[in-house]
Amino acid sequence: MVSLVSSWLKPGRHLFILVHLIGVTSFAYIAWRRLVPLVRAQADPRFDRPLERLGNVAKFWFGQWKHPRYRGAGILHILIFAGFILLVIRSFSTLLVGAFYSLSAPPGEFARVYNTITDYAATVVFTCMLVAIVRRLVFRPARYAVPTRYGKAHTADAIFLLALIAVLMAAEGLFSAAAAAGQFKVGEAGEQLAFLSLPWLLQIPLASASLATIGKFCFGAYLVHETTFYLLLCYRPFGIQFHVETSLFNVYFAKLNRGTVKPVRWDVPDSALDQVKTFGVKTFEDFTWKHMLDFYSCADCGRCSDSCPANAVGRPLSPRFLSIKARDYAFQHYPVLGRSTNHQALVGSVYSDDEIWSCTTCGACEEECPLLIENIDKIVDLRRGMIDDGNVPQSLQKPLKALESRGNPYGKMEKKRADWATNKEFQRVCPVKTLAKNTANTLYFVDSMTSYDDRMQSIARSTARILANIGDDFGILGGAERDSGHEVRRFGEETLFTALRDHNTDAIKASGVKKIVTADPHAFNALRHDYKDVPPVEHISQVIARTSAAGLIRFNAVERPDQIYTYHDPCYLGRHNDVYDDPRNVLDAIPGLKRVEMQRSRDRSFCCGGGGLMLFYEPKEEQRMGVTRVEMAAEAGADVIVTACPFCMVNLEDAIKVAGLEGKMTAIDLAELVDRQMVRHDSTSTATSYVGG
Amino acid sequence: MEILVCAKRVPDTSENEITLNRAGSDIEREELVYSVNEADNYAVEEALQIVAKVGGNVSVVTVGDEEDEEILRREMAMGASHGILLSDPEFQMSDGRGIATILKAFVTQGKYDLILTGVQAEDGAAQIGGMLAAMLDYPFASLVNSIEVLDTNKLKIGREIEGGNREISEIDLPCVLSIQTGINEPRYVGMRGIRAVASVPIPTLGASDLGVDPNTVGEAGARVKRVDYFVPALGKGAEMLAGSREENIDRVLEFIAAKGGLK
Repeated sequence: MVSLVSSWLKPGRHLFILVHLIGVTSFAYIAWRRLVPLVRAQADPRFDRPLERLGNVAKFWFGQWKHPRYRGAGILHILIFAGFILLVIRSFSTLLVGAFYSLSAPPGEFARVYNTITDYAATVVFTCMLVAIVRRLVFRPARYAVPTRYGKAHTADAIFLLALIAVLMAAEGLFSAAAAAGQFKVGEAGEQLAFLSLPWLLQIPLASASLATIGKFCFGAYLVHETTFYLLLCYRPFGIQFHVETSLFNVYFAKLNRGTVKPVRWDVPDSALDQVKTFGVKTFEDFTWKHMLDFYSCADCGRCSDSCPANAVGRPLSPRFLSIKARDYAFQHYPVLGRSTNHQALVGSVYSDDEIWSCTTCGACEEECPLLIENIDKIVDLRRGMIDDGNVPQSLQKPLKALESRGNPYGKMEKKRADWATNKEFQRVCPVKTLAKNTANTLYFVDSMTSYDDRMQSIARSTARILANIGDDFGILGGAERDSGHEVRRFGEETLFTALRDHNTDAIKASGVKKIVTADPHAFNALRHDYKDVPPVEHISQVIARTSAAGLIRFNAVERPDQIYTYHDPCYLGRHNDVYDDPRNVLDAIPGLKRVEMQRSRDRSFCCGGGGLMLFYEPKEEQRMGVTRVEMAAEAGADVIVTACPFCMVNLEDAIKVAGLEGKMTAIDLAELVDRQMVRHDSTSTATSYVGG
Repeated sequence: MEILVCAKRVPDTSENEITLNRAGSDIEREELVYSVNEADNYAVEEALQIVAKVGGNVSVVTVGDEEDEEILRREMAMGASHGILLSDPEFQMSDGRGIATILKAFVTQGKYDLILTGVQAEDGAAQIGGMLAAMLDYPFASLVNSIEVLDTNKLKIGREIEGGNREISEIDLPCVLSIQTGINEPRYVGMRGIRAVASVPIPTLGASDLGVDPNTVGEAGARVKRVDYFVPALGKGAEMLAGSREENIDRVLEFIAAKGGLK
């Protein structure tokens, strides 16, 4: 027996099949065209570690892990996503009904339950679309705005897509409602619509209509549903909703090793890099296929730019538009219809020089992205291209040249690298061995800033005293140490970085140490992620946390219990290396120390302005990042900002002056604070005169 | 256009702590790092930009020894197509006139439309450009901070005049120009670029190759001899302003106005 619904749809069968064919063919063609640039892109081996990748899919894609970080929009998205997942089977079975009658057979027990759930799911999605449209039109969250320099607003596109989904849900609901109403009229066993769901509501007015009218509604609803479905499917690859198709793949193939920088070319070993004609990304085709997939996947949600410190202080960089502009480029140069035109320089047309140099590689954007889109590797690759073309700001050329000839960005003499330690008075209270001549268990890797900067040498002395106090047998490389090259690499000067790394690696190996300690998170990240075959490395905050927990360090109570402390997470300690709790545990172990958290703390930390070469770059900005940061600390009610990075220290101390908070607020390094507060075991107690200077 | 840039390798003032040697006759050169003289680097960049517009080649020449090859390679990595080293034991201890004599001999062997030098070497006397032009009987302009090619025989050049004024002149080719820093933004050259030209041969020409009479160059030909070299004693320290922020701002403005910095 041919069911009622089938008899209604029968006259349109050929039309429906035609729409199916056109829809599927068009989508297949569009998807193929979108794949063209990915095929021409650079290699990117992302097919390893399948279990870890599936774990990411479970957490970040299926589990929507990042979404609740923005509560309202996040919940809305989770509801829509859940609705979509639930509706997949129903949507496809509805689509097929028009072509294959058998599928309209009376539902079984499982299908009844599924139908009830999906009645509600469709209702929720429909409601969410209305809420989302109202949000876009009435509430207009600031992060969706498109500054004029980045192009036109995307509101119309967003609303069109939201409306299409609403229509899809409504058409599907009407189809179910008509089917149910008709079946009820003729006494055929049919679907029991879920109470107060969208189909249930639509069924009420239909109940009084004639069977023929209901049939027409059913037919119309089917046709609208089918065409809307294919319209959506084929329109999504032209805009911000392409992520519906690509997100699963984007999350599966996401970068797994945080804190690292991609090699110049995945398919060329370091030793053969001299044979590579050009470095970095100069044209769109120089991106890897995964980076292109990132561009397709960006949902334009604006979370990255909302959390980007460069964007916050008015630098000409907004990570969201790194993706959007590249996607626009791809759509324009790899059109669905027409010839592909390619190989045009990106910097100077799509991106500006200042845009690419403005990034501090703090990682806030990547931390926030629900789709795990990468920005740092792309920035570094674009910088590599600019370095390769000689296009480097004059202010950065001197420090780069100095790093090449002297191993530090200041152009200071190599032999003066250990001056902070060889000072006679300090040597008397805290002798520091220079390795190679001597041997030791631990290497204290100081790095350039802490070695040469008068103010930051205090961090070096505090670190040395802490290591001496816990009885660690340690030494330094002294004149044999070179800059870790952390920022050199992140500024795109890979060849110089390799030279610095190789020099340090040889020196470290020759010293025969078993482990490395550093007080500079940038050196820490370099030694941990950029160097190979060096002993394990710890940041001094980890050493202090470990040894104080074991009772090796005890603390005196703070002298001024009225002061409120706050901890500023350095990007390369926190976000890039997940060291959040150790420094806090140390602070909380100091008797009488009161600590508050800034609103943006831990993985939401706001960059101080950047380290290494960033100190030499003269950005175009409305305000220094550091000033914004100390204002945040003031807002939290803090008098003392504790950090654990010499670059954070220089930026924050400057910012306290610029913000006019001098005398009201101070900044201190964790190592300095511990040095000040720790109960001393030995002669280092006479060294108090060195604290802070 | 065939352009020749005369360059010099100098101790980099920003990356060295210059101290005198014990004898007091020269600076301590043991731990120095060298780089291409800054103004010469601007000259090479300018030459490359001209060639990019009108076509031609850029050659870079230096007088020195094997160690000076390093700056030729750096400039070749920037884009210069040839590097030439003029080296001979007879050239050592040349005064400015001697260096100009050597360069003149080299220039007359080739065919260059334009010869650029830096405005002065960081350890030099800003004399080579003018002397070289006179020896070649070419027109000369110093302190050039803009160049525009008018046609194959003429350039339009801008010169910096004391007090911030500018002068625009036309000059016939071939000519010699000494280039002021700031005329452009020199491109960056990293280790990778230098490595890429590491094996390009650099011809070395001596006194006999150039047809230079040894008596006119080197110590024999030098008519200027350095007799002393020292670091002057430090003068009085900076004046520290101790007042409120507003008072200090007013004082600073007064100082700047008194020195002619504010009009």
